[in-house]
Amino acid sequence: MDSQLQDKKKFTKESLKKQFRLSEFLAEKIISSVAFLSITVIFLIFIFVFKESLPLFSFGTNDKPKTEIHTTSDSKPESYDSGASEDLKPESYGESPEDLSNSDAIVQEDLKPESYGTPPEKLTQETYGDPKEDLSVATSEDSSASEQAHHSSEMVSENSEGADKTWSTFFTTEWVPVSENPRFGLIALLIGTLKVTIIAMLIAGPISVLAALYTSCFASKRAKEIIKPIIEMLAAFPSVVIGFFALMVLATFFQDVFGYESRLNAFVGGVAMALAAIPIIYTISEDAISAIPKTFTEASLALGASKWQTAFFVTLPAATPGIFAALLLGVGRVFGETMIALMATGNAALLSANPFESVRTFAATIGSEMAETVFGETHYSVLFFIGSLLFIFSFALNAIAEFYVKGKLIKKFQGK
Amino acid sequence: MGKKKKAKESYFFSQKSKSTDIKGKFIVGTTLAAVITIIAVLFVILGIIIYQGRDKFSWEFISSFPTNGMTEGGIFPAIIGTFILVILMSIAAVPFGTITAIYLTEYAKENSKFAAAVRFSVRTLAVVPSIIFGLFGLGFFIQFVGSGADNAFNGGELRWGQPNILWASLTMSLLTLPVIIVSVEEALKTIPRELREASLALGATKWQTIKKVVFPGSISGIMTGTILAISRGAGEVAPILFTGAAYYLATLPESLSDQFMNLGYHIYIMSTQSSDVEKTMPIQFATTLVLLILTLSLNLVAVIIRSRIRSKAK
Repeated sequence: MDSQLQDKKKFTKESLKKQFRLSEFLAEKIISSVAFLSITVIFLIFIFVFKESLPLFSFGTNDKPKTEIHTTSDSKPESYDSGASEDLKPESYGESPEDLSNSDAIVQEDLKPESYGTPPEKLTQETYGDPKEDLSVATSEDSSASEQAHHSSEMVSENSEGADKTWSTFFTTEWVPVSENPRFGLIALLIGTLKVTIIAMLIAGPISVLAALYTSCFASKRAKEIIKPIIEMLAAFPSVVIGFFALMVLATFFQDVFGYESRLNAFVGGVAMALAAIPIIYTISEDAISAIPKTFTEASLALGASKWQTAFFVTLPAATPGIFAALLLGVGRVFGETMIALMATGNAALLSANPFESVRTFAATIGSEMAETVFGETHYSVLFFIGSLLFIFSFALNAIAEFYVKGKLIKKFQGK
Repeated sequence: MGKKKKAKESYFFSQKSKSTDIKGKFIVGTTLAAVITIIAVLFVILGIIIYQGRDKFSWEFISSFPTNGMTEGGIFPAIIGTFILVILMSIAAVPFGTITAIYLTEYAKENSKFAAAVRFSVRTLAVVPSIIFGLFGLGFFIQFVGSGADNAFNGGELRWGQPNILWASLTMSLLTLPVIIVSVEEALKTIPRELREASLALGATKWQTIKKVVFPGSISGIMTGTILAISRGAGEVAPILFTGAAYYLATLPESLSDQFMNLGYHIYIMSTQSSDVEKTMPIQFATTLVLLILTLSLNLVAVIIRSRIRSKAK
């Protein structure tokens, strides 16, 4: 019997162990390589969103990528505009033809040769000489023959010298992506996005922090168990539902109350986005407040401070980094919110400080225009460029919330 | 003199407590008002949508196709499209999410840089705006993978290099990956260390322990994560705007390379791009009601399972 046992032991040691080691090794490698996926995805997102906006960065000198783009978008005239739409474009944006040719000439004369110094023989000959002629022809005659000629020249103008011109329009205030002379003024979009974000945060910030304070400091345990899931239920509302509610109900309601002109505007959008941001800010700041060590509040209460004094002068300051993180993530949510912006903000890139004017945000611009662009076009690249901006912004917000705030919290509680 | 001092003190205290009481009540009242405002708004939204959508909401509405240029009829294809989307999405996201969570709880060392990077990526994925996923789906799945596959296998014929339900589902699965990872991780953490140690002490290897002890214990967490992910995926519209959702289709999607209709997208186009918004208002509210019922009930189930996990852990 003794020897049998010995045999068994030998069996386990020699034959089994090796086999298991292999499967162990494989399992661990497979699992960690799958875990690597999330990192890969982040990199891929950055690479591919940024890659599509790359044509913007080729500054007119190297022709190779452009010709590639040119060939890939060869099918453009057939699939995209059926001739008639070409005529409509300037009109639909409410611009007189004289204006158009004027601004075109200004861009050509002032910006091109001086600021970028592209070889004049090649580029200006091919791309700029033609559009000017075409435009003047188009304005005077508007014949189908000139339109055909215009087509080809527009394609060149959009693709090969798009880089210089597009960059020069980035810092203007007009967002007119589909026209003879496309302008991609990001300033108007930025102002619009900021306006909506500020309105939303002014509403969502105080309300959700106060609510979080009530839940974790004043509410009884039973009340807490009811309040928390209900507010978190708001997070389950899809943004398209909130957008729809804002579009159908809130917009009309606010117009009746305040009596402003445009039904859909930054204020309606901001209120709706506040609804989307509230559950995020509430949950994270509630967690932050609840995480304050009990010794803090007990010490304060023992010193004779009342409950609200403890809450406002001890708990709240101690939880500031966490609440700050919550607000940052709330900003991130509002900044990149698409459906609400698409449905409730009116989508007009106006430049004004009035909160009751229509605005257009970055995300809404991508959402509404991407479907109409053609692969490889300047407009397409610009939209991807906006996307990379949004991505970088949300990445930075998250990084700040993660590292800065966490470091501060740890230091605080360790009393350093 | 001692008496005098005491009187003075008590006077001081009473004065203070009196003044702070009013102030305190006001302040506590403000915070309570914030809570009540949020909850009231929530129920107002729910109430209005239920009230406006109740007339149109019926079995017939759910089970019939849109007719007459989408001004009449039901939303059957949109519901089916949403279902296919979330099922494909779960098939892609659940295994990856679960394995990542197992890595984070079981294999990652306390202060390994790799695990920290994975965690940071997951959290970043959770806060990236959903429209960016849409852009990524367009740039990566459609233009890169899809077009590449077309060039390699179809001889350049357009089949995968265009928006379809497969790319939409994969895009959505990236969006919901963090939801699953977080839920599964939470469930794995509730499994007591003693169980793992007992298994290891019996001679089981790490992988065996994970397979036989840890994984069965995390089933409920996987379920919560899947349900929450489905709830999220059913409601998101931005990622599928240009990766596969269609305005109107007369037939249901038959293969992975077909486009599909989607509830959220249906609400969006009906309320913003429909030819007659006023006339289709009841349809829009009823569609919103269906979507809300779907997401809220899924969330409720997830909350219940999650609270069970938590009470078990205690």
